[in-house]
Amino acid sequence: MLVVRSQKNENSKPTTINRQQATKMEVLKIATAGSVDDGKSTLIGRLLYDTKSLTTDKLEAIEKTSKQKGYDYLDFSLATDGLVAEREQGITIDVAHIYFSTATKSYIIADTPGHVEYTRNMVTGASTSQAAIILIDARKGVIEQTNRHFFINNLLRIKEVVVAINKMDLVDFSEERYNEIKADFEQLIEKRDYQGQKITFIPVSALKGDNVVNKSANTSWYKGETLLEHLEGLDLAAVSNIGTPRFPVQYVVRPKTENFHDFRGFAGKVYGGELSVGDEVVALPSQTKSKIKEIYFYDKKYETASRRSSVTITLEDEINVSRGDMLVKVDDLPSIEKQFTATISWMDSQDLTLGSKYIVQHGVNKVLAKVDNIHHKINPDYSGIDTDTKVLGMNDIAQVTFKLNKPIFYDAFKDHRTNGSFILIDTQSNSTVGAGFIQ
Amino acid sequence: MKDTSHINPLENEAIYIFREVTAQFEKPVLLFSGGKDSITLVRLAQKAFWPAKIPFPLMHIDTGHNFPETIEFRDRLVEELGLELIVRNVQDSIDAGKVKEESGKYSSRNSLQTTTLLDAIEEFKFDACIGGARRDEEKARAKERIFSVRDDFGQWDERNQRPELFDMLNGQIELGQNVRVFPISNWTELDVWSYIEKEEMEIPSIYFAHKRKVFLRDGLIWSHSDYVFQEDDEEVLERMVRFRTVGDMSCTAAVFSEAADIESVVQEIRDSTISERGARIDDKRSEAAMEKRKQQGYF
Repeated sequence: MLVVRSQKNENSKPTTINRQQATKMEVLKIATAGSVDDGKSTLIGRLLYDTKSLTTDKLEAIEKTSKQKGYDYLDFSLATDGLVAEREQGITIDVAHIYFSTATKSYIIADTPGHVEYTRNMVTGASTSQAAIILIDARKGVIEQTNRHFFINNLLRIKEVVVAINKMDLVDFSEERYNEIKADFEQLIEKRDYQGQKITFIPVSALKGDNVVNKSANTSWYKGETLLEHLEGLDLAAVSNIGTPRFPVQYVVRPKTENFHDFRGFAGKVYGGELSVGDEVVALPSQTKSKIKEIYFYDKKYETASRRSSVTITLEDEINVSRGDMLVKVDDLPSIEKQFTATISWMDSQDLTLGSKYIVQHGVNKVLAKVDNIHHKINPDYSGIDTDTKVLGMNDIAQVTFKLNKPIFYDAFKDHRTNGSFILIDTQSNSTVGAGFIQ
Repeated sequence: MKDTSHINPLENEAIYIFREVTAQFEKPVLLFSGGKDSITLVRLAQKAFWPAKIPFPLMHIDTGHNFPETIEFRDRLVEELGLELIVRNVQDSIDAGKVKEESGKYSSRNSLQTTTLLDAIEEFKFDACIGGARRDEEKARAKERIFSVRDDFGQWDERNQRPELFDMLNGQIELGQNVRVFPISNWTELDVWSYIEKEEMEIPSIYFAHKRKVFLRDGLIWSHSDYVFQEDDEEVLERMVRFRTVGDMSCTAAVFSEAADIESVVQEIRDSTISERGARIDDKRSEAAMEKRKQQGYF
């Protein structure tokens, strides 16, 4: 079982591990990025089709609709474009999640739209992904939007990026064209912030199926893996970001029943690293110290809670801990500050202005925040910064300092993907209007 | 320890979502249909709050056209776990003249549930309704959020959804709005079945192969029942079938199957070439059937 090493205890049977599942199944989340007509939906549809993930009834629906539209090929984008307006206009409006699995992994693909709200949707899709696919139309090559697609994936510190050079069938599967695009893209790489990102180039034709799942006979000059082969080979432990253990308390479990009269458990998810029974911890913001007494996952006790497990922890001492507080190891404190500077992605049609107030949701903690300074905006083509800016509009990415009404307990995003990120909520509309990555 | 198990990341995510709903909302309710997905939700909720009891009631919007096996199962589960169950009936909405019973060959009470559901939300002032919908079920559901905001009329504005980033769930709403919450959004049908197997959970008997009186129409296997309209020339057959998805008798088609235990059901799902909702008559109405119903407040 993922959560945990089982501890012998009298309350319950020892945990059984489903071996077959444990060795076989991993979940890889992938974000996609590309401009309108680069063929993202078609690529995903092709992945589903060639991995035989499309069921007969779904395939029949695609065949029927393709025929109605007068196509002489199967329009795989129909497999993912879920809303009526999308099918009518042939574009993807909203992030859709697509699921398929192979013998070794389960995949969740975030299909993110490439038009008006593209930055917002891409940041959203990438925020939960460990890998990304950037599509380039082989006829158009690296365009202005490609800069942004790459930049966002780099900003979000996605470890594995695949650059799929698509529509190779329309450039006669030309090696020269492929190399030209690759060279152009490599110029972008030089400008990146996050050097740890691995980039793989693959020539594909999503429509015709070249190098997506099956090796293409049309690109004999290409010696690398197909897209699926590459994804299958990724080591999940290596692509996930690991930091130090952080335990934001979500909920205090107080059963007040006869058997558990004095039980006070702190329910939450462990981020970044492991926590074990006996660990000396400090509760933030009170800075009170204690030791971990028990770790429960459901009704079983465990010695250790591993990363991303949703456990309930009890402490040796009766200390005051409530939702929004955080347990951390004593020798491993995060920053505890009433202000921070972050790179933010603005997602609302209403502008962000200097001096305005928003709610910062940092994990399960919420504080009121004021925009103290907008340092600079990053140009959409990644060409530089604009330091003379007082407002941010939809899709803008900028460096901003916030002042908070009470301290939060954070790490820099580069050290901790979870504890270094936050969302911004509008105090009037309650909408999520932005996302940020703390410096 | 490596994250190598498949089910567990999903289980941990669902437990996290359950705790967020309970912490962020005043009156959550779990919408319980007696189907495998809502039974899975109950198990996950138990895990999220143990050793405390599940801190919210279950609610069943009863069309009156359920499989009797589902209702028996529902009542037993609620009793065994000591849960609170609220039942609201579509029949009452019909009697009050709020909705009109469909007529004809394809009539079903499935879409009538929406009115009864919205009335119940208002009656109890529920601010969060937890449901077992999954993104892999259907194209429109693939776009659904984990916390999905509905307006006063229960409507889903699919073009203006809140972005959901990282695993941070924004549950801030205005008075009158409510949120639909989907803890198993990222599970596939196979994930649910594997979980039922691993957890040794009990589920209604109709999910396993049994002999049933059925008739064939449009390539689907319909239950022979008082609740289902049947033409004179539609011959009643007795066949070994089971159900992959359980809604109303009038909107749920069976599949031919010999899978009589959970192991063979999981194997059957693994090998299947038809999607789960391929057996949902309500989805076959049109390409955009689900999206339309969702906009009107359907789950």
